[in-house]
Amino acid sequence: MAKQYETVIGLEVHVELATKTKIFCGCSTAFGGEPNTHTCPVCTGMPGSLPVLNKQVLEYAVAVGLATDCTITRNCKFDRKNYFYPDNPQNYQISQLYLPICRDGRVEIGTEDGKKFVGIHEIHMEEDAGKLIHDEWDDCTLVDYNRSGVPLIEIVSEPDMRSSQEVIAYLEKLRMIIQYLGASDCKLQEGSMRADVNLSVREAGSGEFGTRTEMKNLNSFKAIARAIEAERERQIDLLESGEAVVQETRRWDDNQGESYAMRSKEDAQDYRYFPDPDLVPVVLDDAFLEQIRARQPEMRPEKMLRYKREFDIPDYDIEIITESRHMADLFEATAALGSQPKKVSNWLMGDTLRLLKERDMDPGDICFSPENLARLIALTDEKAINSSVAREVFEVMFEKDIDPEKYVEEKGLKTVNDEGALRAVVEQVIAANPQSVADFRSGKEKAIGFLVGQTMKAMKGKADPGMVNQLLRELL
Amino acid sequence: MANVISDETIEYVGILAKLELSPQEREQAKKDMGSMLDYIDRLGELDTSDVEPMSHVFPINNVFREDIVTNGDMRREILSNAPGEKDGMFMAPRTFE
Ligand SMILES: [Zn+2]
Repeated sequence: MAKQYETVIGLEVHVELATKTKIFCGCSTAFGGEPNTHTCPVCTGMPGSLPVLNKQVLEYAVAVGLATDCTITRNCKFDRKNYFYPDNPQNYQISQLYLPICRDGRVEIGTEDGKKFVGIHEIHMEEDAGKLIHDEWDDCTLVDYNRSGVPLIEIVSEPDMRSSQEVIAYLEKLRMIIQYLGASDCKLQEGSMRADVNLSVREAGSGEFGTRTEMKNLNSFKAIARAIEAERERQIDLLESGEAVVQETRRWDDNQGESYAMRSKEDAQDYRYFPDPDLVPVVLDDAFLEQIRARQPEMRPEKMLRYKREFDIPDYDIEIITESRHMADLFEATAALGSQPKKVSNWLMGDTLRLLKERDMDPGDICFSPENLARLIALTDEKAINSSVAREVFEVMFEKDIDPEKYVEEKGLKTVNDEGALRAVVEQVIAANPQSVADFRSGKEKAIGFLVGQTMKAMKGKADPGMVNQLLRELL
Repeated sequence: MANVISDETIEYVGILAKLELSPQEREQAKKDMGSMLDYIDRLGELDTSDVEPMSHVFPINNVFREDIVTNGDMRREILSNAPGEKDGMFMAPRTFE
């Protein structure tokens, strides 16, 4: 009988914090600057420069720790992780090895077999590295230090996950918590959330862990799921053929659907960590923790309960809308402008989710404002535009947050409510389609649909179909 | 000299430091490192049984900055330290994953 294997997975998740400045200097963290324009002596490792901790980094890290049931380390400090690579101008990365800011937390995830907790081993603060660009022309490496010193937290889970579904559920949960806290936008594609997967397999029922590998370069949930399946298969094949799994770091190639071992720096990996003498210890008292706790925003479970009380929308809608803080904020702000909650929810659950999915975007990427959504809803409420025009306008609004009132005005999309003008068009349509008219009169109810369609076409869609229907019946 | 540095150790340290040493340099480095470690070992002679462990020599904690951008574009000054420069970036020898 074939052996049964169990997959054991732990994750190292790097999250880029949403601060305005870097972790140890006053350089901007804004994206898209010209290379090296967001640099200074501190983040380029110039001798004699002095790093000073950004307080907001500490506050975000503690907020994430509290939201994931961690114990906060009252006395913590930073350590130097030494390595030589041009992305790192200091020749060490400032990180936390000995006293990470948060430890022993957990998050709850939903699985096929019900709820389960994934343990968080630790969360530590550290700095990001610069970006290397290979230059073909001069066969050299060019370095941009704009990302050097951008604050990160690394969230290290316990090896508690057993399938790619559990891994995705864990990542989605972490992302939701961190987005709710406003600590990061957590975009995998843009690298503000990065996950490395530690995976091993073992015979089902075994209490021992197998040898694990670490998989890097995973830029989407889909890539993570594929990499997990492939690595599980690869390790099982090795074991089945009597070979050993080598502990190594592998790089996932999502186009090829396979991974390869990165150049093994394993035998030369010795980070010689030691406390960073440039940074003084961080000592946290009860007052500080209380302050952060008091500032924690409303998280999803409380928000769901409040929505049940305050808004007349189905539970299903509440569940979907509160999955993203941005979506929930948009919903509330639009409803606060006077739009009927169910109508707001319909736009979010229907066309918004459809467009997000089509474009492979996150709810956090939604760009239209609550004001414009409220205007669009008002336009349909006033029957100034019909529903198909509204959907057309919505697509444009989704694209670039246009003012729907102005847009409808400029493009002349307003429904013609002038009964006289509409009546004239209906009469023309009746005159031009004697066959359908005859069909309808002989009892073919379907024929009226065709006549409505012809009228709408003649009106370039700017008519209220109900009104057209009514006029047709009157005139036939 | 109490600390004797083996050939393997100097080889390993060389890899970590990305240094290629000639045979003469290796011998010199072994001697230098040995005497450095001897010097450090003198710390062990101190009686520290009454000293609390500490992670910093200054009695200061919690030095923070506010999250406010204070640095402007100093690319020119920063790049003036670069041995080579191209397209506003530092030029380094070819590296790969
Ligand atoms: Zn800087």
